[in-house]
Amino acid sequence: MSDVDEAAPESAGAQSVLRLNGVTKRFGALTANDAVSLDLRSGEILALLGENGAGKTTLMSILFGHYVADEGSIEAFGRLLPPGKPKAAIAAGIGMVHQHFTLGENLSVLDNIVLGTEPLWAPRQQRAKARARVVELAEHFGLAVDPHRLVRDLSVGERQRVEILKALYRGARVLILDEPTAVLAPKEIETLFATLKTMVAEGLSIIFISHKLNEVMAIADRVAVLRQGKLVAELPVAGASKQSLAQAMVGRPVAPPVRHPLPPGEVVMQLAGLMLHGEAGQPLLEDLHLLLYGREILGIAGVSGNGQGALAALISGLRLPDGGSFDLLGAPVKQTSPLAMQRRGVGRIPEDRHAIGVVGDLSVEENLILEASGDPRFCTLGLLRGGVIRRHARALIERFDIRGADPTTTTRALSGGNMQKVILARVLSEKPRVILANQPTRGLDVGAAAKVQQLLFEACAEGAGIILISEDLEELLQISDRIAVLYRGHLSNPVPVEEASLTELGLLMSGHGEFEAYREGAGHAA
Amino acid sequence: MRLEPRAHVPFWLNIAAPIAAVGLAFAFCALLIVWAGAPVLEAYQALLRGAFGSVFAVTETLTRAAPLIFTGLAAAVAFRAKLWNIGGEGQLYAGALAATYFGTGLVTLPPLIMVPFLFLVGAIAGGLLLLLPVILKLKLRVDEVVTTLLLNFVVILFANYLLFGPWKDPLAMGWPQAAPIIEEGILSPLVPRMRLHSGLIWALAFAIFAWGFIRFSRWGFQIRAVGHNPEAAAFAGIPIGATVLRTALLSGGLAGMAGVCELAGLKGYLTLDLSPGFGYTGIAVAMLAGLHPLGVIASAIFIAAIYNGADAMSRAMSISNYLADVLTATALLLVLASVLFVRFRPRLR
Repeated sequence: MSDVDEAAPESAGAQSVLRLNGVTKRFGALTANDAVSLDLRSGEILALLGENGAGKTTLMSILFGHYVADEGSIEAFGRLLPPGKPKAAIAAGIGMVHQHFTLGENLSVLDNIVLGTEPLWAPRQQRAKARARVVELAEHFGLAVDPHRLVRDLSVGERQRVEILKALYRGARVLILDEPTAVLAPKEIETLFATLKTMVAEGLSIIFISHKLNEVMAIADRVAVLRQGKLVAELPVAGASKQSLAQAMVGRPVAPPVRHPLPPGEVVMQLAGLMLHGEAGQPLLEDLHLLLYGREILGIAGVSGNGQGALAALISGLRLPDGGSFDLLGAPVKQTSPLAMQRRGVGRIPEDRHAIGVVGDLSVEENLILEASGDPRFCTLGLLRGGVIRRHARALIERFDIRGADPTTTTRALSGGNMQKVILARVLSEKPRVILANQPTRGLDVGAAAKVQQLLFEACAEGAGIILISEDLEELLQISDRIAVLYRGHLSNPVPVEEASLTELGLLMSGHGEFEAYREGAGHAA
Repeated sequence: MRLEPRAHVPFWLNIAAPIAAVGLAFAFCALLIVWAGAPVLEAYQALLRGAFGSVFAVTETLTRAAPLIFTGLAAAVAFRAKLWNIGGEGQLYAGALAATYFGTGLVTLPPLIMVPFLFLVGAIAGGLLLLLPVILKLKLRVDEVVTTLLLNFVVILFANYLLFGPWKDPLAMGWPQAAPIIEEGILSPLVPRMRLHSGLIWALAFAIFAWGFIRFSRWGFQIRAVGHNPEAAAFAGIPIGATVLRTALLSGGLAGMAGVCELAGLKGYLTLDLSPGFGYTGIAVAMLAGLHPLGVIASAIFIAAIYNGADAMSRAMSISNYLADVLTATALLLVLASVLFVRFRPRLR
């Protein structure tokens, strides 16, 4: 590894600010970090790349003192960092922005930033000073946020800025960002990247944890790849390709999902002039027209919060439209419930797999029959048929390649990708005619995402029409047949993916495009 | 010391952890016994003798365990669905009131049918009583902890009114007690000349039933799913409202049967000291058992043994029998704390 390291020419002279020496951490039989040695230089962005469970977060937790390494040591600015002391890490100039923010919702931005650093003596007088410093930092690094607003009123992007400001206010010279883009819209990602560039230009150093190759290529100077706890590659981004990084991450060549295009079938779902209002009467979906054909994937692009949730609730059977018509397989939907939708052939893959998709404390076999516990296959006279359920689970685990699971494994113990496969197995094994896939690959690593896409392709080939809601434009362009954009409850006319351009979709997503009047069957190739 | 999550929990640890916790509770209470000025070993010997030392002691312990199994099951089933039923005491009295209404002459059936009939009306009364707060919870999101707790006082005061008023037995020489349950409705004794009655058999049968129901039935599966993650259960099409209502009927019913068990098994007539807080103790029984219906049997016998044994100990050693309360409370706290070590591995450093 070290030879690769030294081969990086452009940073050879830069000063090392952080050095990990042979850090090893074991959890029982699992080795989360295996003799990881890593160097961070001043003024660089180092991307830490790896699949879920590769040990990225563990490594950073050790660095920040949340865990104590079994072996190895950490040096910050040439001095040994005492293990297990977050305070020492902060004092040494290390700041961490967690994936899940650690902010007090009922406090103001300023309060959140200074919390824990207020002096005992005359805190009031110091406050003006603190405020001035926060404003100065915010302006300097382009982290626009009003210090007096309450955190609970802030958007996710703004909250992230508060987290970064918090670290900077504490004098961080090394910033660790754990999956910072997972929660951001494309526009916000750009802003964040601009901020990061400013910071490294000032001599700060950044560790950027991610599993998104595009972002890593766009922002990082160097990239370190972790796989199963081991550092398997460390190289300058300039000399890396997406394919080589993906392979290093997964450990084998990633097969892109294959699809054999088939002509679209008949209409399986039709929405016409559909209206849906929120609890306060505000419109969530307005005059929505949509035709979904069998054997096609219709991608719905858009920044989250523009009506995706309402559309998903409608198709999931949680809401009925307030106006317009909603037809499934040629028959109107008059009553709704999750069960009614399942019976009518709608398969639903929810957005939040942990909170809505599975019951984490139940076993895998139980989650696989969660929707079908009343089905005569699995239940006679009110009693569950344990043997049948066990065999059903075994077959699905095999068919859907759910790793690390036997039927009785607690579902919570599975990785995100395998949890998603449990949901897909549950939904797709019922052979649905219409599939709602809401952010099906969000947070998944390359290998798992490819598998999920492959499964969707297969369901599609068997005749299902798929509504794919995603914030990831590249994914949409990659696997959809047609793409439409949802903006403030309005849906643009779907265009075939061959005719769609990133720029145009980007404009539509920010409300600058033309939302032309609906045309019957618009954009359909057939 | 640091805690790290365990990837797999070995089965023996699930059993060993609570036993170790109980052992620790005894060790802690030994200090209190020393403080009270009694020899520890002899005191605990007296406790053990009082709980299990003779046929009389064993039967007394089991007699006390029977209603605790019922109320423990009531709490365990409800808590599984995250329905916080604190109203076991009220439901117990509701069951006893119903059994008194039907069992004091209104209906006469052969004993083989009369006893199940009394359990049935008791269960219905207990179940219906819990239905009201649960409907308020489902329709208006009223917190059931408050409503079930307060309903206890409503029911007990209502029983008060009945026993001092319309239901007062004229043959009771002025005591506030209802007419006795008819001969056919009395639970038969299990051991000659002892108080232990067939209510224990009923309790054990229902513990096994509750375990099988939760474990193997579709409705039990739905109760577990709703308890662990109501959002996911609702999304998957499990009817939340119906599931919670079923849980309420079952939980309230079990608590109601505790009332029948005490009424028809021990005294034979309703008084206001029917239950020394069995409804509340049932919560501790359920928590001590980790909400497992079969574990409830063990924890109910354990708590009954502590209370009976402590009485004997206090007589023999002349120390306060409040030690029983301290001992069960410490055991409960330590068992709950021990769950932490089942889920996480402690590591020094």
